[in-house]
This record gives sequence, structure tokens and C-alpha cells, in this order.
Amino acid sequence: MGVENTAAASLQEVINWARKNSVWPVTFGLACCALEMMVASSSTYDIARFGAEVFRPSPRQADLMIVAGTVTRKMAPMLKRIYEQMPEPKWVIAYGACACSGGIFQTYNVVQGVDQIIPVDVYVPGCPPRPEGLLKGIITLQEKIAAEPAGQRNLVSLPWGNNG
Amino acid sequence: MDSCMAADLLKKTFPEAVRDIEEFRRETSITIDAGKIREVMTFLKENEKLGYDLLLDLAGVDFADRSPRFMIAYLLHSTKFNNKLRIKTTVAEGASLDTISDIWLAANWMEREVYDLLGIIFNNHPNLRRILLPEEFVGHPLRKDFPVKGPDFDQPLHVCLEEER
Repeated sequence: MGVENTAAASLQEVINWARKNSVWPVTFGLACCALEMMVASSSTYDIARFGAEVFRPSPRQADLMIVAGTVTRKMAPMLKRIYEQMPEPKWVIAYGACACSGGIFQTYNVVQGVDQIIPVDVYVPGCPPRPEGLLKGIITLQEKIAAEPAGQRNLVSLPWGNNG
Repeated sequence: MDSCMAADLLKKTFPEAVRDIEEFRRETSITIDAGKIREVMTFLKENEKLGYDLLLDLAGVDFADRSPRFMIAYLLHSTKFNNKLRIKTTVAEGASLDTISDIWLAANWMEREVYDLLGIIFNNHPNLRRILLPEEFVGHPLRKDFPVKGPDFDQPLHVCLEEER
């Protein structure tokens, strides 16, 4: 292992540290789980402790998509479009039984788990999960981000393709 | 004026169209021949003694083992006389029914819903598209022979955005 590799690894650690402590979620609530997500940003649970309190109305400014609720088939294209609009690096938390697996809705009009459409990093089961569940999900995601090796993702993502 | 008056008037005006009149707990249901539905509905709306000016609901039912298979129920309300009336008609599988969306505009979306979920075609409807399900959906899920989980329940879902096509 050369000096460059060591330097790159250290740089990756610094970048991971910066990324994991300001995971901005996109405002995306689909069903009753969204209410628990909102409560997580209240003073009682205070999601700001984990740097994730800035729910962005625009996916262009977000790093994390919390899929909170039932994904219907009709909603699936919109969900995928919002995910595609988020810049890299981006992560996804499937929040609640419906987002994880379709939950109680084993019907023709519900997507059986959001992982059929977009890649999911952390699953939070429950119907609905308590806000602590979301906090635990974010902590798990932070651990995952911190452990990302160099080269797994582009360091910066530029629209004209000159990625670092 | 009461619902029975509507039944009497209908029987007198359209003797060949009225199939059946039921009375249950002061609610009147009149079964009408499907081909005469527009004439009957126009009459019920515009007759001064009846004045059923509001279409409360329009619903389709699939009886699966009956023939004809489908039933459409119209719930009418007269704001003038504060009176309700139920009109029923039957539609066979594959047959179609005339729209009443030009008589009551409220019927527009309700007929689209019946078309979406049961697959009954309404003739001369201005915009007969799916209203609840996505447009590319195949089948009519409120039919009794449609599996609740859908035919491709255990298959992976492919979502293709317009810009990806």
C-alpha cells in the first residue's frame, strides 16, 4: 500500500465523516408512516441531533430519501423520478412495513416493497415504526456511510461528467 | 310526492321499460331496461312532479354467476321534494350502456370509475379513460374473476419513466 493509497483512504474517511453528519432527506411522505417521520423532527425526538433535520422540498438538494408509507403502482413512476432527480451520493431508507415489503396490502395496486424500483440501504420495519425506529435507521445509515471504502462512489458529482 | 309516485309515473309513461319495482323499508328500487336508460333518466330529471335533479351515486356490481352479469345502480335525489330513488339496470358481459353524463355531469367520473374497475363500456361518454388505476393497467380488478393479488403479483415490477423510453 503506497502513500497515495493511504492518503486516498484518509481523504475518504474525512469525506464519509462529512457526508454522514449531514444527511438531508427529501420531503417524501406517502402514508401514515409519514406522520411518524414528521414527529421524528419534533423537539421530542429531535432528528437534528443526527444532522438530518433539513427536509428539502427539492430532490436536487437532498441526499436521503425516506420512503415513508405505502407505494402504490400509480405512485411508482413519480417515486422513481424523484429518486433519479437526487444528485449522487444518495441513500434510501424504506420506512415501515409497506415500503419494505408491501405490508398488509398484498393487492394488485401496491408495489410489494420499494426495493423493486430503487435500491434500498436501510429497512425499518414496523406498522408504523416509532420515531425512534427512524432515528435508529439513520444511525445505521451513518455507520454504513462511515464504512464506505474509497472508490465505491464518486467523490463529487458534476453535471458535465467530470467526476472526481 | 313520494317514490311510489315515481314508480307509478314511470309505469304509465314507459310500460315496456319498467322491469321490476321493489319496495323495502320505504325505499323504492326500479329496474329499468338498459336500452331505455337515457329516456327514463331524462324523464325523471325533467318531470315537474318528480324533479330528481341530483345524481348522488352511480355504482356497478358484478354478480359473476347471474345472467346478465353486471348491474348498474343509480341513486337519485330530488332537492325539490327531498326524496330519493334507486334506479337499477343490468348489463351483460361485453355489452355496453348509454352514458348519462350529459344529463348529470356528476356521472362523468362515476362512469369512468365503473369502466375502470368493472370494464363496462359507456356509449358516447366524452372521456372514457381509467380514473383510479394507471393507464397501462391490464384488467378490471373489481370483477369477481380478477385475482385480488393481481395476475403478476410475484413478478418483479418494471417501472419505466417516459424519458427512459
